Amino acid sequence: MALMTSARRLFHVSFRENSLRRTEALISATNTTSGNLSLAGQRMACIRVRDFSTNAQPLRADNKVTVHFINRDGEKISVKGSPGDSLLDVIIDQDLDFDGFGACEGTLACSTCHLIFEEDVYNKLGPITDEEMDMLDLAYGLTDTSRLGCQICLTRSLEGMTARVPESVADIRQSGDGSS
Amino acid sequence: MSTHKAALCKVQILKLFLTSARCVRITRFYGVCGLSTSTPASSPKVCIVGGGPAGFYTAQHLVKNVINTFTQTAQHARCSFHGNVRVGKDVTVEELQEAYHAVVLSYGAEGNRTMGVPGEDLAGVYSAKDFVGWYNGLPRNRELRPDLSCETAVILGQGNVALDVARMLLSPIDILKKTDITQHALDALAESSVRRVLIVGRRGPLQVACTIKELREMVNLPGTRPEMEASEFEGIAETLKSLARPRKRLTELLLKAAIETPGEEELEKRNRAERAWGFRFLRRPLEVLPSTDLIRAAGIRLAVNRLEGDGEGVRAVATGEVEDVECGLVISSIGYKSLPIDPAVPFDARKAIIPNTMGRVQQTAGLYCSGWVKRGPTGVIATTMNDSFDTARTLLQDIGKGTLDVSTVKPGSQGVSALLEKRGVKPVSFSDWEKIDSEETRRGETRGKPREKMLDVGEMLQVARA
Repeated sequence: MALMTSARRLFHVSFRENSLRRTEALISATNTTSGNLSLAGQRMACIRVRDFSTNAQPLRADNKVTVHFINRDGEKISVKGSPGDSLLDVIIDQDLDFDGFGACEGTLACSTCHLIFEEDVYNKLGPITDEEMDMLDLAYGLTDTSRLGCQICLTRSLEGMTARVPESVADIRQSGDGSS
Repeated sequence: MSTHKAALCKVQILKLFLTSARCVRITRFYGVCGLSTSTPASSPKVCIVGGGPAGFYTAQHLVKNVINTFTQTAQHARCSFHGNVRVGKDVTVEELQEAYHAVVLSYGAEGNRTMGVPGEDLAGVYSAKDFVGWYNGLPRNRELRPDLSCETAVILGQGNVALDVARMLLSPIDILKKTDITQHALDALAESSVRRVLIVGRRGPLQVACTIKELREMVNLPGTRPEMEASEFEGIAETLKSLARPRKRLTELLLKAAIETPGEEELEKRNRAERAWGFRFLRRPLEVLPSTDLIRAAGIRLAVNRLEGDGEGVRAVATGEVEDVECGLVISSIGYKSLPIDPAVPFDARKAIIPNTMGRVQQTAGLYCSGWVKRGPTGVIATTMNDSFDTARTLLQDIGKGTLDVSTVKPGSQGVSALLEKRGVKPVSFSDWEKIDSEETRRGETRGKPREKMLDVGEMLQVARA
């Protein structure tokens, strides 16, 4: 794999402080020398509704959607997100500590935000692009109800849904000398 | 509580020392990367050699807790970054081991496999490593000046790096000029006569090493059309149903580009395209053929293969036939290769990796490795990330079990800094690096690019120390 090209996508520095972050990350990721030229990478998966005048999200209970995540230890974590947030946004905003999750910051350059859904929820999720499927192909433990969290936008119809964070590495260690 | 957190709690404060041979930019860190901070004398201290993804992901996992970007890792109180330090030259691994409880080698693969054929030294023949380094602005490849005055380029290898090179050779300049490609590469590509790129592999369509994202970028590349022989894909469509999803989708896309009748829009695009690309299969390089003045490449002689066996055991076997392809640019993209860094570190010359078990370097206590130097130069970023986490877990386990002795007091970065100072080596700190970063960004702004890279280490050091 082109170490430098992939590294370039990920090494763009941007902080998670405000909603411009993902725009910056997307623009930079797609502008790197060997970056993704496809439209999907240049377009935000979800439109976040943000009040630009302040960093604080107005907390109106009726505006929120409750979602549950099952982490890699099997624990259920319940959080609230706003419609329009991606599931990756929710995980980051709520400081959920899933190891290595969202490494490319939502730019469709990795598969680390891989989530597994129940079938009825999966069928309610938005359409999947070729670009998302391309990255899902590389995800460990891919299932028929797998999606990338950075591409799933919260809607009210997803109220109460559960997503499972799958294992990211092979449980069985590779051969002792480290060869693939 | 997860087991990772439990292991971390036992370690009081972990100090990390990342050293880097080049202070340049995160995108081009290689060599040794060092992090260290001042903390109580008795805490475990770890030195990480290498400032690329493997080094940073290993660091992230050791320090843990909401560090999501490499910048945050480098700025973390328990990490410190020392660039422009060459491990094996400015400081030895043994000296690092004296200063730290553990040393993690994450210095990647600086070399490349060579074709080993006559004519490889002719003008117009480059390793992908050097060509990629040239357009990415690695100081050592600054003077490459590849000759792009020919019509056909042949790339050996069919992995993601080969596709990256093909894409760079054929991308419309309007797209390239908005990236962080170096200006001299942009100027050279703007004058390029290359109109046709062949991506050549020893085996067949089912063995291409690239992944679908990169193939799709080629297929969708504006101004280009795919040009491939249908005969090379005989029998492939029939295998689709037995393939795992990733290989199946990749092969479907390849077939679509290579042999299926295009729809109206795509047909129009192909008719208008002035540049062409294509895979060629079952071909192995035998010799680069020289021009009449014997100075540069004028063609490449390829052995024709056939496949034997099936599934994972498929092998390419020579048929005895030979084919010559006219071309003026030959780029070998057949693999990066790690190099030994220090006589004190075991190295498997055949596999070109550090022999290890789950990241523990064999026969050497206190030495670990992660990334390409551990597993070989393959896999995408997520592979390296998971691998680095594995090594970090192994290291933490060893501390927890007492296999790694952290009871002695070690000087950490203070010890190494003193050594370096005595030797007249001036490391570059992370905030120094940030000065380089912002100067490059500033220069890029005037050109509508994310950055304009500095190509001279001396200039970088001037900016860093200003």
